[in-house]
Amino acid sequence: MRSLLGPPSRPAAGDETPSLAHTGSRATKLLGFSLLAGLILLCLFAFVFSPEDRRAGPEGTPIGQFDAVRLMYIHVPSAIWAYAGFGLCALGSAVYLWKRSVWWDRLAHAGAEIGLVFCGITLLTGMIWGRPVWGTWWDWGDVRLVTTLMLFLVYLGYVAVRSTAASQTARAGRSAVLGVAGVVLIPIVNRSVEWWENRTLHQQSTLAELRIADLTLFTLVLGIVVCGLAFAWILLHRFRVAWLESEAERWAMQAAIEERRKEAARGEEAARQEEAARGEEAARQEEAAPREEVRKP
Amino acid sequence: MRSVLLIAAKDLRIELRSRVFLYQIVPFAATTLILLGFALDADRASLRNFSPGLYWVTVLLAALLTAQRSISIERSGGLTDAMRLSGVAPPKIFAGKSLALFVYLMVLELLMLAGVAILYEADLVDVGLAVATAAAATVGIAGAGTLYGVLAGGSGVRETLLPILLLPVFAPVLIAATRAFGDALGTSAVNGWGWFGVGAICSAVYALGGGLAYGPLLETES
Repeated sequence: MRSLLGPPSRPAAGDETPSLAHTGSRATKLLGFSLLAGLILLCLFAFVFSPEDRRAGPEGTPIGQFDAVRLMYIHVPSAIWAYAGFGLCALGSAVYLWKRSVWWDRLAHAGAEIGLVFCGITLLTGMIWGRPVWGTWWDWGDVRLVTTLMLFLVYLGYVAVRSTAASQTARAGRSAVLGVAGVVLIPIVNRSVEWWENRTLHQQSTLAELRIADLTLFTLVLGIVVCGLAFAWILLHRFRVAWLESEAERWAMQAAIEERRKEAARGEEAARQEEAARGEEAARQEEAAPREEVRKP
Repeated sequence: MRSVLLIAAKDLRIELRSRVFLYQIVPFAATTLILLGFALDADRASLRNFSPGLYWVTVLLAALLTAQRSISIERSGGLTDAMRLSGVAPPKIFAGKSLALFVYLMVLELLMLAGVAILYEADLVDVGLAVATAAAATVGIAGAGTLYGVLAGGSGVRETLLPILLLPVFAPVLIAATRAFGDALGTSAVNGWGWFGVGAICSAVYALGGGLAYGPLLETES
């Protein structure tokens, strides 16, 4: 795991400059191609092979989600992987607070950012889905909707703390506390449909109880797998970018210190030369003084 | 316990001498209540119905300012370093600072309660529930405010970062306190004591979590 998430190319011995050319490796390329193939397959199943949700109503009128059900193939997987991202962030943050390991801090950072992206997709696709199915973009009475928004805002705060201009250690410590605190919301968001059954428009967990048709279920599972590939692919790259950022920051600091040292050395050399020149001048004056005294009589 | 009271007394004494709370934070909260009245077009029925929500939004906005004020007191004159070098355990520092914030906010909430009674014509049907809810919610607000105040304090962008961090955390307390106040002010028929319980649990979690997290956060202060 550590080697997979490590920097893409380690600098050669003696070369202290980090490689900033790319964050790809053979593993990420393979993952990227798998993701691309998975996305094509998911589009085919979501838009072509899987049926729309249409059932016969009480008076023969058709009811259901119709074509809007296709949004579920991205909405549900995004929510699952958003939880995974925030969970990873909490894990990384907790281990960072325990061991003060930079590796875990970078993992927490990458997890939070990806979780935030997936959570944003969840909210957006949920709203687009809600308009035709529930007849509203947003419902303040829906506990899961509101708690998901809160989860999003809490991790937005986490990313805001990460972007402050503090030292790396201070940033890591502060954001680790937020990362651990925010994860408390995940079970609340996830279980809200059961805990507040009469206060939510969301249905209970259809996936866990397998209450959906075969092809729909298959496409949903495919969506989860493809989103998982996307999660892993972005995670690897984001982790490496974060790692390279910190390396570049460290390297820039070392370069600045080296520059100051050289400046100081140049100053010392100039002072030494000035001292030597002054000494030579004094010696010349001393040599010249007795000759003048001799000439006087 | 003595060190907790000493830290709280120190913060309260500084505040009493500077009078920022009295001359700036209380007028800010009163102005917010008045502006909300303008925004709802002075419709008395609406103001009375929405008074629990308007009251708690005003309190939370004022709490943001109070939390910022609390941390700026700490950072001025190197007080943070002095506190760290004093040998007092971080959870005790947290408790002391939270206690001071709790006292300011309780005073503010009592004043604002008079404000909503006068300006929005809200009736206090259940005084016990209102006071208990205010106290329970304020424990959570003070705890979260103290913790997130120190978290945002050293970032150099405290004024903008603190609201982003703190307002989502205040949300559960806001929901519970608003529902309980709805019952206490007779504007909604809900189980007020049940919502008081929800708010009290949230506040207890914030206070305990804050006490645990304050030490690692104080270490990052520079």
